[in-house]
Amino acid sequence: MAIEVRIPTILRTYTGGAKAVEGSGATIAEVIGDLDTRYGGLRDRLQDEAGLRRFVNVYLNDEDVRFLGGLETPVKDGDTVTVLPAVAGGAG
Amino acid sequence: MRYDSLLDSLGHTPLVGLPRLSPAPDVRLWAKLEDRNPTGSVKDRAAFFMIEQAEKDGLLAPGTTILEPTSGNTGISLAMVAHLRGYAMICVMPENTSVERRQILEMFGAKVIFSPAAGGSNEAVRVARRLAEEHPDWVMLYQYGNEANARAHYETTGPEILADLPGITHFVAGLGTTGTLMGTGRFLRERVPGISVVAAEPRYGELVYGLRNIDEGFVPELYDESVLTTRFSVSSKDALRRTRELLDQEGIFAGISAGGALHAALGMAAKAQAAGERADIAFVVADGGWKYLSTGAYSGTLAEAEARLEGQLWA
Repeated sequence: MAIEVRIPTILRTYTGGAKAVEGSGATIAEVIGDLDTRYGGLRDRLQDEAGLRRFVNVYLNDEDVRFLGGLETPVKDGDTVTVLPAVAGGAG
Repeated sequence: MRYDSLLDSLGHTPLVGLPRLSPAPDVRLWAKLEDRNPTGSVKDRAAFFMIEQAEKDGLLAPGTTILEPTSGNTGISLAMVAHLRGYAMICVMPENTSVERRQILEMFGAKVIFSPAAGGSNEAVRVARRLAEEHPDWVMLYQYGNEANARAHYETTGPEILADLPGITHFVAGLGTTGTLMGTGRFLRERVPGISVVAAEPRYGELVYGLRNIDEGFVPELYDESVLTTRFSVSSKDALRRTRELLDQEGIFAGISAGGALHAALGMAAKAQAAGERADIAFVVADGGWKYLSTGAYSGTLAEAEARLEGQLWA
């Protein structure tokens, strides 16, 4: 299964500069695990023992996975996963 | 309607139906027109409540300098009140915000200090914190962590919406300081079982996420994840497209963040319709389109507008 994962600038040192990479797996956690086999160290930047790191947001087709099933959120072929650092929203 | 002064006219904004954009007779969208506030944005509510609280706490006296990191609207609201009450106002604003905002701020007598575009509002917060340390006599109301920001919506926005739409099933708003969502969301959750509270978070170009490392990220102190049921990331393109639809279909000339909220609202509407459920979805139009004309958001093709908006903060 091919899942497109979009990587923010700050983490592209791990993907050789690639803006988007492909991963496989049945859940977000599996996709991240799969990416980590090719882009070593990426997983540790995204998650710690408690789950997703505080300043990391992961979206499945534009929806924050924290409100879906967290790292156990199921993914399917053709889904897009977007990783973004948490920043102050502009709306203020 | 008659009020003793402009400040007294805060809130009580219209909630208008969107008959053309609503997908079905029992799946309806409602826009809360927050541009009908004293300085033209939802931020008037937070700003007035924060200043009132600071006055009660004895933090402000005539001549006191107020400092605030802001991408515009909060600064404009604060600057107007500060002007009327005799406080000095300094706004720290990212340089990649529209020129209208600076002009309005200066019109109200505020001083604007620009923070670098890279890092967006994060950087404005950092610069403001540094200035606050250097000038202990300045008062930073700090909208990202000020309980009066969320309380303004708990005490005004929430009750207004519930009174106008007792059958509400979804509340959708843009996510910035998180004050609108936290305050309104808490109020509605306490009174409407099963309500969905949906955040529409702006997704910007890469410049705005240009942190030096991931641990420099920022989550507003006001943010409480348990108040939300869903959080959407809305691209500039989708926000622009929906902002134009709002104008084309319903005649509402709104700021770009309203398009972001509409995009999330339409997503929830489609889900409800697919599930065969009725829905009354209220979303926040945070401001009108006037302050964004110079961004080119409303002229030319969508692709042209999107290209012009790249790297700018639109909410």
